[in-house]
Parts: sequence; structure tokens; C-alpha cells
Amino acid sequence: MSSGTIAKIVSVMKQPVQWIEERTGVIAFSAPLLFHHVPRSAKWWYVFGSATLMFFMIQIVTGVCLGTMYAPSAAEAWESLRYIDEDVPMGWMLRALHGWSSNAMVVMMVIHMLQVFMHGSFKYPRELNWITGVLLLLTVLGLAFTGQVMRWDQDAYWGLGIGAAIADRIPIFGDQARALMLGGPIIAGATLNRFYALHVFILPGAAIALVGVHLALIMKNGISEMPKPGAIVVPSTYRKEFEERMDKDGVRFFPDAAQRDMVFCGVCLIAIVLLAACYGPFGPGGMPDPTLINTNPRPDYPFMWIFGAVSLLPPASETAIMLVAPVVGILILVAVPFMSNSGERTPSRRPGMMLLAGFVVMAIAALTWEGVTSPWSPVMNAWSALPTPAQFVQGRTPLQMQGAVIFQFVQCRNCHELDGMGGQRGPALDEIATRMTADQMTRQVQQGGGNMPAYGKNLNSAQMSALIAFLGTLRPSNVSDATIPGAQLPLPISSVGVEVDSSSGLVNAATDGALTR
Amino acid sequence: MSYEKSTGDTTSGPSKGCAGCDCGGGGAKPRTPDARRGFMFLLGTGLLGIGGILAAIPIVGYIIGPARSRYRNAWVELGELGQYPAGETRFATFLNPIRQPTDGDSAKTACWVRCVKSGEFQVFAINCAHLGCPVRWFAQSKLFMCPCHGGVYYQDGSRAAGPPPRGLFEYKWKVEGGKLHIDAGRLPGLEESA
Repeated sequence: MSSGTIAKIVSVMKQPVQWIEERTGVIAFSAPLLFHHVPRSAKWWYVFGSATLMFFMIQIVTGVCLGTMYAPSAAEAWESLRYIDEDVPMGWMLRALHGWSSNAMVVMMVIHMLQVFMHGSFKYPRELNWITGVLLLLTVLGLAFTGQVMRWDQDAYWGLGIGAAIADRIPIFGDQARALMLGGPIIAGATLNRFYALHVFILPGAAIALVGVHLALIMKNGISEMPKPGAIVVPSTYRKEFEERMDKDGVRFFPDAAQRDMVFCGVCLIAIVLLAACYGPFGPGGMPDPTLINTNPRPDYPFMWIFGAVSLLPPASETAIMLVAPVVGILILVAVPFMSNSGERTPSRRPGMMLLAGFVVMAIAALTWEGVTSPWSPVMNAWSALPTPAQFVQGRTPLQMQGAVIFQFVQCRNCHELDGMGGQRGPALDEIATRMTADQMTRQVQQGGGNMPAYGKNLNSAQMSALIAFLGTLRPSNVSDATIPGAQLPLPISSVGVEVDSSSGLVNAATDGALTR
Repeated sequence: MSYEKSTGDTTSGPSKGCAGCDCGGGGAKPRTPDARRGFMFLLGTGLLGIGGILAAIPIVGYIIGPARSRYRNAWVELGELGQYPAGETRFATFLNPIRQPTDGDSAKTACWVRCVKSGEFQVFAINCAHLGCPVRWFAQSKLFMCPCHGGVYYQDGSRAAGPPPRGLFEYKWKVEGGKLHIDAGRLPGLEESA
């Protein structure tokens, strides 16, 4: 090695930064990314996008780690998750981080979106910032749904079943759409691998590309200022004036503005790591064996509101709504900046928009609550698992107690509450005798109606008498039985507070009469 | 611009943008480097286009293959008739005849077999006609109930209550050699029986 070469190396080592800069231009490229001016007013409202991005990075890192152990095969996926949870060092923590961080990412993204909507930041010239944001929202929700499928447990299996049933309802191409989604005619190996390809290749790739565009647009258009009443957006002059204000009064993104992002992201990250460590990973739930049918499939939280909405739709229009509503919803989101891209940005000067946002948030919150409690679902084991509250059997005749047994035995309790326990599909029956006469109850039980199946063929007349005798006792002692207005002789059917002999005799007379019609 | 090097003439001034503009105009012109460049550009576009289409055919075909294939159901045996007493409804499972090597447990399928009377059956798919959740049989009330959205069916599979738009899906069945067989495979959908 000649002395000249050594001198050259030394000089290079002295100035490695210049050496790299000359060959890469990395500083010239990244300096504006770090030091561009942002509004002085951009403070704590502006941290949620950064937090979303941070959680996305956590997702990529933990996702790649999980990819080194997860077996994307319907025969082995569930077992491999159990193995990661129980045998791989730190495996459970990686799964917990991936799951908690995914929820955090969705939450941060939604708050970020609401902030941008509230402050009118989507107006000129940031229309495409908003639209790439909408595409990111869809991509991230896609990642959340396909991630749920990766667990390949009973929720995943039957969740796919719901997706398949919805796809099947598409007119004309329903069958093809379903096969395309499942990768075949059933939910099986090909289905998992399709969703795996979406979850680890296609959607993350799309998300990375969209994040790149989203950030490039931020560099091009700048961070919007906090809205001020009267400071209206005029597209013809906005950009020039905005850039002048930034040159004059802006602060550097790094570190002046970024310090708040760093504080907030740090708090969020610590919180999520702690939550993951304390509460552990999500699932996997029951084995993905479709012959194990004692299951109660529920989607993950980001989709609970859809589950709720699907349950509450009127059956006659539900196919149309299920297929059309998502398209309309996405189109409305895309159309937001085109509906109004100029004028006021202050929330108080845009009451209609605020009302709309409030309505959507409350609707989604209410539907999520409905989905979590799902009062429309029968409680499948209520009939066998719940006790009959003592106050409903104390001091009752054998016939009435027989009715209480039948009430439980033929699964009435699966849909009807007594004393706050049981299904909520039908009305609670604690006080039914104050609302319906024996004849009305008999008719309802026999013929059903209003979301109740008809029990007429499944109960003999003795069972029916006993059941109606029991139902007739279901009222507070200080309230009288239901009567038919104008009827000559209202039939007392309860024995509570009445002479036992005469009232139970009347019960039989009443119900027998009803049954022999 | 890099392709300018191929002309060997770096002094020819600003490049002409799309070189294709030059070649069409003057037919009498001698073959200049610009004209050759235009031809090469067209050739490159054409070759890439053809190659792209040739590559896209198998890729698209591979991805949409499942939507184009015709999956055929097959007769599956559900066991001795003695397992299905008259007047009762029993749970039965089978391996889906349409399955792949990596399916694992997900190739297993469940169904409800109702023996109406000796030699007469109804075999219901496990999937609720609303959104496909697994329905459960309650022998005491002779009802099928769905845990998802509260669909209820009578013992003959007809809709009793809740959101389902129709009754339970039924498999075709036959008795052969003292054993019950059903025609099964595809996930039941609204347009078909099972």
C-alpha cells in the first residue's frame, strides 16, 4: 500500500460525512425533511399522524419477526401460534405487541382523521393528502381484518364465513366473488394463504407506498395551520400566502415541532408495551375445526360496528344495504375535499360538518356497543345454565312450577330474561302478566310472530297449560293482571296475593279454553 | 440523457423529447440517429407490451382461477342408518370431498341429519342462511338457533324467526348399502340447495 493511498484513506476518514454526502446526496435530500418550516400553531393536535406512523413501523418489525415462526398453512397455523405463545422465547410478547400496536394504530389513525376533518385541513391544496389518507384507512382496516384471519381460530373461520355469505349475495357474480375471496369452494387451506399474501405482501406494500405519497404531499403542501375564524382558504392565493407565512413565522419541524410528536409517541409506545406485557396476546381462540360448533363468533373491535349494523338491518333490505353501503361510504369519504375545498376551516364556522362528524362517530360508537352486547343473539346455554330466580317459584302451585320447568326446558330463557338473566332477543318476562292476558300469551306462544318461533307443534296441551300458568304469575304483587279493555269478566290468572284455590282453578279454565279452540 | 450516448453525438443540442415524432414526418429523410431512436423506442414499447401481456395471462389466470373453476360436489358417506333414529335430529361430520393437502381440520364439515321417518331424511347444512354461522339443534324445543344474529329454524329447516332470508340449506341424500350418503362439497350459498 503506497503512502499516497494511506493519505487518501485518512483524508476520507476525516470527512466521512462529506464523502458519503458527495456520493449519495443524503443530507441535501433529508435536510428539508427535517428542517422544513411548519406553523408555530401546530401543537398537540398534530401528534396523531406521527403516532400512527410509529405504530406502523412497530407492526412491520414485529410482523417480520412473527413471520419467522408462523406457519401459513391451515393445517398448522393455529398450532404454530400456540407454539409461539408458549415455547418460543419472547414469542408471546411479540404477538402481544403486534396485536396491541395494531389496535393502537387504528385508534391513532381515526383520531388523526377526525382532527383533519374537524380543522378543515383537507381543503385546498391538501385534497390529495386527504384522499391518500382515506386509501391508507382502507389499507389499514384491510390489514386488521386479514390479521384476524391469521389467527386461524374459530372467530377467524366463522368471520370468513360471514364475509363469504356477504360476497355470495352479490348479484350475478356472487358465486365467483366468493370463490375468488376463499380461493376455492370452501373456507380452507387456500383461504388462509390468500389472506396471508394480502396481510404480509400486498397490503403492507400498498401501505408503505401510500405512506410515502402521503408524506411527500405533506412536504409539497406543508402542514396546515390551526384554523382561525375568518382566516378563509382562497385557492388562488393560498399557497403563496401560506409559504410567505412559513418563511416568516414558521418553526423548524425538527426539533421545534417534532419534540411534541416525540413526547406523545414515547408515551404511547410505553403504554402499548406495558399493555402488551400485562394483558398478553389476542387469541388464538378455539381450534379452527368447523365441526366444533359450540362457538360464538365475534369480530375484532375495529369491525364490531359492522357486525352490529349487519344484525340490525331490516331483513328485506339488508342485501342491498350490505353491498351498497360500503361503496357509498367510501365514495363519501373520498368526496369530502371536493364538497368544500375553500372557505372557513374553523369548526364553529362549519356546524354542518361538525354535526356530520359527530353523528358518524356516535353511530359507530353505538353500533360497536350493540355489537359487543349483541342483545339480538340468543344466549345459547341460558336454558341449561341459569337458575330460576327464587322469587318466581316461591309459593307457586305444582302446575305453575311445572310451567317454570317447561319455560326453561324448551329454551324460552335463551331469548327472554328473568331477573336480568337470560337472552335479550325477546322482551324480559318478569312482568309479562301485567301486559298480556292468558289468551294473548297462549296465542303468542302457539303462533309466534315478532321474531319468536311458533311453539304450537312442539308443546302438548298439558305443557302449554303449565307454561301459561307460570307466565301468569310473572307480575309484581301490587300490580293487577292485564285485562282486555271492555271485557265482561277479566280472568285473573295469577295466584300471587289471591286465594290459591280459586285462582289456580281459573287458570286451568282459561288456558284449557284457549287450547280447545 | 443516457440514450443520447448511443448516437455518438453529444453536440446535437437539446434532445427532442419523444423521438418518435421525427420518424413519421419526412419519409424522404435519410435514416438519421433520431429516426433509429424512434424505431427503437417503438420496438421497445411493443416488445415490453407483448411480454407484459404474455406474463400477465398466467398471473391473472392463477389469481382468478378459483372463480373460474367448476367445483363438483361428490357423494359422501355419513354412516349406518342405525345412527339416525326415526323422528330425531343428529349431528354428523364428514371430510369435505373438495379438499387440498394443507386444509387440516378446516376440511372437516358438520351437518344436521333429521330422520323424518324410517328411510326418509333431511340433511341440513350447519350454516345459517343469514350469514353462515353454525346453527345448533335444541331437541327440547325442536328448534335450530344461530348464535350470531338470532336466526331460528323449525325442525324441518324452515325459517322460524330472525333475519335469515330462507330456510336452512339442504343436502341431497340417498341410502345405499344400508348407509346414508349426501351430495356435499361446496359451501352452501343462497342460490343453491347445499
